[in-house]
Amino acid sequence: MIKILSVGALATVQDLGRTGGLSLGVGTSGAMDPLALAAGNILLRNQENTAAVEVPVFPFKVRFERSTVFAVTGADCAGRLDEAPVLPWWAHRAEAGQVLSLSHPKQTTWRATRAYLCIADGVDVPAVLGSRSTQLRGSFGGYEGRPLRDGDELPTGRSNGRAVPGFGLVPPGLALPLEADGVPAVRVLPAAEYDCFTNSSQDALWSTGWKITAQSDRYGYRLSGRELNPLRPLELRSHGIVPGVIQVPHGGQPIIQMRDAQPSGGYPKIGTVIEADLWRLGQAPIGSNVRFIRCSWDEALGASADIRRWLANSRRLVELHCGERGGR
Amino acid sequence: MTADRPRTSLLGTTALLFEAPGETTLETQRRIWAVAHEAAGFPGVREAVPGMNNLMLVFVEPPRRPEEIEQRLLELWNVVAPLPIAGRCIDLPVAYGGEAGPHMADVIEHTGMSVDEIVERHSAPTYIVFALGSHPGYCYLGGMDARIATPRRKVPVLKIPRGAVSIGGSQTGVSASDGPSGWNTIGSTQIAFFDVNRSPPALLQPGDSIRFKVARVLR
Repeated sequence: MIKILSVGALATVQDLGRTGGLSLGVGTSGAMDPLALAAGNILLRNQENTAAVEVPVFPFKVRFERSTVFAVTGADCAGRLDEAPVLPWWAHRAEAGQVLSLSHPKQTTWRATRAYLCIADGVDVPAVLGSRSTQLRGSFGGYEGRPLRDGDELPTGRSNGRAVPGFGLVPPGLALPLEADGVPAVRVLPAAEYDCFTNSSQDALWSTGWKITAQSDRYGYRLSGRELNPLRPLELRSHGIVPGVIQVPHGGQPIIQMRDAQPSGGYPKIGTVIEADLWRLGQAPIGSNVRFIRCSWDEALGASADIRRWLANSRRLVELHCGERGGR
Repeated sequence: MTADRPRTSLLGTTALLFEAPGETTLETQRRIWAVAHEAAGFPGVREAVPGMNNLMLVFVEPPRRPEEIEQRLLELWNVVAPLPIAGRCIDLPVAYGGEAGPHMADVIEHTGMSVDEIVERHSAPTYIVFALGSHPGYCYLGGMDARIATPRRKVPVLKIPRGAVSIGGSQTGVSASDGPSGWNTIGSTQIAFFDVNRSPPALLQPGDSIRFKVARVLR
């Protein structure tokens, strides 16, 4: 068990998300930075889909009620285990009673805003409709279907007995950077209504920065920038959408659907951020700018392959290290 | 959007969208249900998700050549027999207007009709559940009177309550839980559309139907 001593808004239990519920109106949820979650679990030799705590607001404080091995991935939060510094993206041992504190992310190392507390035991909340992710809109999954509060006691599973502390990974924020004109970027495939927008709107999409406004959360990022205008007003029939879809409501300011997005919508879609780059967006700070890079299908497949390769390489490094240390 | 031929498009590397041509009809939706049933078994497809006269196919992994799936869908569309689903019908009492329907004024302004005309036209049809989506248990309904169609809001509202009865474009529906929405709320009702402890968790499924009964009209 771990006990939450101090938590800000909207910390939730997440795994890689819930599939198969879209036809019931149930969106996928899941970690905003699935790469950080998967990598944290790889470091601990867990299944990559093992549930962890996603922390978007700091400070955050948790007490380990029994000894385990843990890793904090995602943002670099100057972690402390009691008084000792905790390196991010590194497997550490915690003894029963020790307290882990995370503070506001440093943006000097790599830019990220969400931390993932992964533990060798896994957060052992019940799987609901096939996932342990918190479904905030439906108030189910995760811990009692809601964000965490001070005093919550999260059950953990049996330790996997395989995790070995004292090893880390280079975060993908450093290993797989992507920028356009010095601004963090994500790759986008044009969507169904792309051709229904004016030339200057299409041009603005690719050539100007988009500010992530304060009205941005796990549901979606509301952006501000040049106004995007369709050639004529569009009213679409409701249809399935996915995280990454860039909708343009009649006001002309785009909204990117994120992990808690509803699985259907009707605003015109100018493009979709490719799945392989959603983790970048999941870590983008409010108030920062993002650029969109137009990509082809083959380039998008290449980006997916890069992610798979990075994960496979991480797995290999961890196994090498654990082999040397005599773990099994 | 209506075209004379089906359209397909990509939703990034995650899914593809198939949109049927023509006006929104139950007959077209029955073909969508039939195609969804078949396409759910396509290799590499994780889920087939019907929308309003359209269908989203979610990939297990991004396919090497998505055009092959698109082609298969288009061929299937031409030969498939409509899948009739005869479901059950539920009645929902609705309080229209006033605090229960904060955007009624926008519908009045857009349509030029009185509250009574809007309520009469909204509560007249038996609405068929075409698809579920938006949020857990939410039903997309077919059959709204086109004369009360009202565009979605310029900026989505951050929170509309569970039970809100609303109009978005040429569609209407009832919110199954509190949340953001771009639709115009004209009334409210009370019902649990989704319970994760129930099997199946969703109260209604495609082919079922809803009738709105006028409980009261606030002016």
